[in-house]
Amino acid sequence: MRQSHFIERNDAQWRELEHFLNVLDSSKSAGLPFPVDEFDRRYRRICQHLAIAAERGYSRGLQGRLHGLVMRAHQHFYGIQKRPWRAAARFLLDDYPRLVRREWRLLALSAALFMAPLLGLLAAAQFQPELVYTVADNSALNDAESMYDPSLDKLGRDRDAQTDFQMFGFYIYNNTSIGFRTFVGGLLFGLGTIFFLLFNGLYIGAIAGHLTALGYIETFWGFVAGHSAFELTAIMLSGAAGLKVGLALIAPAARTRRLALREAMGTGVKLMYGAVALFFAAAFVEAFWSSIGTIASLTKYLVGGMGWILVGAYFLASGITHSGYRPLTDINRET
Amino acid sequence: MLDTVRSIETPEGIELALQVAGPLPRFLAWLMDVLGRLVIYWILQVSAVYLGGFGSGLFLIVFFLLEWFYPVLFELYWHGQTPGKRLMGLRVVNDDGTPIRASASVIRNLVRFVDFLPFMYGFGIVSSMFHPDFKRLGDLSAATVVIYADKEDEANLPSGTAPQAPPWPLAPHEQKTIIDFAERRKQLTPQRANELAMSAGVLIAGLSAKEAQIESAVEPADLLQAYATWIVGEHH
Repeated sequence: MRQSHFIERNDAQWRELEHFLNVLDSSKSAGLPFPVDEFDRRYRRICQHLAIAAERGYSRGLQGRLHGLVMRAHQHFYGIQKRPWRAAARFLLDDYPRLVRREWRLLALSAALFMAPLLGLLAAAQFQPELVYTVADNSALNDAESMYDPSLDKLGRDRDAQTDFQMFGFYIYNNTSIGFRTFVGGLLFGLGTIFFLLFNGLYIGAIAGHLTALGYIETFWGFVAGHSAFELTAIMLSGAAGLKVGLALIAPAARTRRLALREAMGTGVKLMYGAVALFFAAAFVEAFWSSIGTIASLTKYLVGGMGWILVGAYFLASGITHSGYRPLTDINRET
Repeated sequence: MLDTVRSIETPEGIELALQVAGPLPRFLAWLMDVLGRLVIYWILQVSAVYLGGFGSGLFLIVFFLLEWFYPVLFELYWHGQTPGKRLMGLRVVNDDGTPIRASASVIRNLVRFVDFLPFMYGFGIVSSMFHPDFKRLGDLSAATVVIYADKEDEANLPSGTAPQAPPWPLAPHEQKTIIDFAERRKQLTPQRANELAMSAGVLIAGLSAKEAQIESAVEPADLLQAYATWIVGEHH
């Protein structure tokens, strides 16, 4: 068949498909030239036309036009997402806690890398208070002192900050960014992640050790109790995600490094979704609850303890069916 | 051949050609996005002053969201394009040419932090220089690629030329060359078109001799276009 006959015969349906795609691009659903359930048939037909045009050596112009149409249709055809909200709910209640349980070893390693220096320095500072100056400088420690002074009615606040909401914004920006850096630092063969975990562990240990040694027990520990469950868990999860990526690069097993990296990144970013949610929860509690200086510290410790129970129960008990732990085979599939 | 066109096969059994974009247009797109964000920050900061502490809290939240998720938002809801990429005619897609999804977009934009190390996208530039598809570490991690959104050559055979049969049957590749020439002709100056047409040799041999003397003679390019019109099947 000559090219011009081919065009003559099919031009109308190409234009129809083009019109259809234009309507989709404008994200309206009114005015479609044919019903949506015909899209698959139409799409396959134009694919066939492109193949024919290439096979018969029709002109570059015609092939270019068909190729452009196929590209656009391809983008729409494979871009359809089914019920994203339902997938999100399923991820939160089911897949996420199972994923975290599956990666418990990395979570334990991340927890050790973070908590060991934290607790170590905290304990050591009680006997050798000057140790904290090896990690935190004078001004940082002075700032910390002024934030948790027992004479304050608002705790944990920068001297120039005026409202809780301002601190909320700061916690979201600062803490979540630390989590992100901890995660993607895994790309440097895990070294970045290990650095951020150790450094933040030491730094928090220094501040906590310094304030405890000063005797600011009720203000400092009362302040951190409320959001500790969410924030520490979020950092450990970010660390686990980063270690996953680093491990995939160091020991890719029977895959290429590139493939191992992609898989680990997919898992890592899923771990981060939960970490981000926990960072936000921590920021909220920290800004609006922990900062209230007038609440009895016993109440604050109790609320903090409940936070740990809540987080623990979520990760240990969610996503389990009556037949026990569900198999984890489909966890990496896109939902 | 050194080329930036990557061909991928779709489940429909056809090949799609993606033209990958190099570091320079991507850098310019990034720069535009940065400038756009700076303007937003400036406006926010000026208006945040009137809201006091609440305003600066809000500013920090917006700052956080824009710094990490500005590209994610646009890539997901604007068919793989941030405003900068749209201005530069670029688009992010998955390696298989399908539209980018949330997890891939989040990955490639979080890894931006590592690409930025040790300073000014050092790792990202080195990575994209050495990768045949110009991938930075974020693209490698997320299995995405930045391509040109639309191919520019919208070539079409000019209509209205009277078809003329070539003096003898032509081989398929010869036919194709003549049609390609006719389609590209409008991008060329008349002089250059004729110069190229002369390389058809014997096909227009009769013309080239006459050309010099007779002013109203058929131009070689016109003749090839008439052949092309005949080859694609328009007989009158």
